[in-house]
Amino acid sequence: MGRPMSVVSRLTTGEATLRAGPVSLRLDRRATLIFIVLCLVVFAGVVLNVGYGPYPVPPPAVVRTVLGLGDDAGQAFVINTLRLPRALVAVAVGAALAVSGAILQGLTRNGLAAPDIVGVNAGASLAAVSLIVAVPSVSAAYLQPAALGGAFIVAALLYVLAWRRDSSPVRLVLVGIGLGAIAGAGTTFMITFGEVQQVSLALIWLTGSVYGRGWDELYSFLPWLLLFLPPALFLARRLNALNLGDDVAHVIGVPVRRTRALLLLTSVALAGTAVATAGTIGFVALMAPHIARRMVGTSHGSLIPVAAVTGAAIVVGADLVGRAVLPQVEIPAGIVTAILGAPFFIYLLYRSRNT
Amino acid sequence: MLRSRYALLLGLAVCTAVLAVGLVVSIHFGASRIGVMDVLRAFADHDGSRDDLIVRTIRVPRALGAALVGACLAVAGAIMQGLTRNPLADPGILGINAGAAFAVVTAVFVFGTTSLSTYALVAFVGAAVAATLVYGIGSVGRGEMGPMRLAIVGAAVAALLSSFTTAMLILSEQTLDTIRFWLAGSLLGRDLALLQQISPYVCAGLLLALALSRRITALMLGDDVATGLGQRTRLTKSLAALSVVLLAGSAVAVAGPVGFIGLVVPHAVRFVVGLDYRWILPYSAVVGGIVLLGADIVSRVALRPQEIPVGVTTALVGAPFFIYLARSRARQ
Repeated sequence: MGRPMSVVSRLTTGEATLRAGPVSLRLDRRATLIFIVLCLVVFAGVVLNVGYGPYPVPPPAVVRTVLGLGDDAGQAFVINTLRLPRALVAVAVGAALAVSGAILQGLTRNGLAAPDIVGVNAGASLAAVSLIVAVPSVSAAYLQPAALGGAFIVAALLYVLAWRRDSSPVRLVLVGIGLGAIAGAGTTFMITFGEVQQVSLALIWLTGSVYGRGWDELYSFLPWLLLFLPPALFLARRLNALNLGDDVAHVIGVPVRRTRALLLLTSVALAGTAVATAGTIGFVALMAPHIARRMVGTSHGSLIPVAAVTGAAIVVGADLVGRAVLPQVEIPAGIVTAILGAPFFIYLLYRSRNT
Repeated sequence: MLRSRYALLLGLAVCTAVLAVGLVVSIHFGASRIGVMDVLRAFADHDGSRDDLIVRTIRVPRALGAALVGACLAVAGAIMQGLTRNPLADPGILGINAGAAFAVVTAVFVFGTTSLSTYALVAFVGAAVAATLVYGIGSVGRGEMGPMRLAIVGAAVAALLSSFTTAMLILSEQTLDTIRFWLAGSLLGRDLALLQQISPYVCAGLLLALALSRRITALMLGDDVATGLGQRTRLTKSLAALSVVLLAGSAVAVAGPVGFIGLVVPHAVRFVVGLDYRWILPYSAVVGGIVLLGADIVSRVALRPQEIPVGVTTALVGAPFFIYLARSRARQ
């Protein structure tokens, strides 16, 4: 970031080329516009999310306080300490899940693929749910590292068991399903035999919620996001090549195995860390890439960034709605994502049925 | 992979024999040991002794139920994977498990229902309604229903329904406590009356599936090819979906949502018999029965006197084997 950038645009093709040092990025004009609009939506979502609550703050005051220009200490505490990190966690988690899903769908050429399908989420869930159920007094601070550990154990097993000479995505998905089934069975076991109060807490975690997430959670999540989001963006073009088939990709000059390994690692790391931070917020990883595809088409160069902001918008909005509808209970964001997102998604699917 | 017709027939016979052995073992194991002769006597010459009662009311229904549910799930899964041309599809894709769970949890949440036979009825209705909804949304409008569309609509509706389910479970701890064992899938306490109730649906579903097997093989090659071969693809798809609803709906009505079998058994079968649905479906039925029967035995024996939900065991027993198969056989 921060580097001098130049934008070369070609009016005739509707594309622009963005150059930053040795790296160049070709941008589709329409996709760029949609991306910017969605960024504004996310920004508005964050401001509304931060402003809403038992101690409401009007949007202009929110922006002032976040920029450090406010003069009300109470307001500053509520916003900067309690609400802002939570909203930012929602943004980061939504983006990470969506990108993870987009990569996996591209990699396996299967629209049903999502990080849940390769078992990474199940590993994270098993670790967190076991901790919640088996150690009732556990502090929430241990959940994130535990879930991360679970995700990476599954990822390591996936690597050991599924990686052979040809790194076939089919085998990978099948082994992932097997591992996910084992971890899922462990989670069901915990849910069936645990103390019912503990199980109820575990269910909330399983559903996915950004409740009570603060700066600590955000700071331990952000490095992963910053580490793995850029490779996702830069590998997008190679993902397009891979979608033409391994042979074609090879001829074009894409190192098939290495690219696939990198993409998979990226997807797993993004999903695993997101789940460790906010639980398994369902729907986002599966649907955000589809929604993005409806808007900008299938080229991954535009698809991945647009999916990222779509995912962010979904989770921020869902958190806001969940808090607004039943303020005493706080419906977990993971429930709202499905209740609001699924019908909208089906509507999109219905509208575009002749494509 | 088995290639010749005789090898395939022989394999099927071997699997059926294994299933029969599984049934006997399942009836035999438990707090009191019961042999084959005792079973025959319990039905031929019923004298009301304790062993007779155990055989007639507990062991036999349970063993039959496990074999039946396993067969239903595996066949339904194989059909869904063929219908949507998607290896990740399972009976859950039509929203069947999510619909059944939603209906049962709603019944518990609103009316406080606790009887297994009511659960079965409610679950079947919920499954059928959800599947109709998914199929309806997937096929409205003009043009042929793309396979991907059905799969994705199904996933979206399932996500929606299970969110409602989870919301109810989070709001009411009592509902959660009542229903969590059912939700994990189990064959505990299922009796012959329940099996009799659903057996017509199961038979209809299985016969329909077998009758369609040749058409599904053609459909796997694409709608155009199937049409070219003289098929009415829309009719085939609707009938196939109907058989999935009958089979998976019955399965979830009897045992609750049991995952894994519908997704994985067809893959395991395909590694052995190839892509012809005339063989995939019967093999799936028998192998599915074996897997669930085996898992049910393990569930009862492993942590006695506690019983593990069979949905947990299917995954723990079947998944390592499945991973082994995928590692050794799956190719590009």
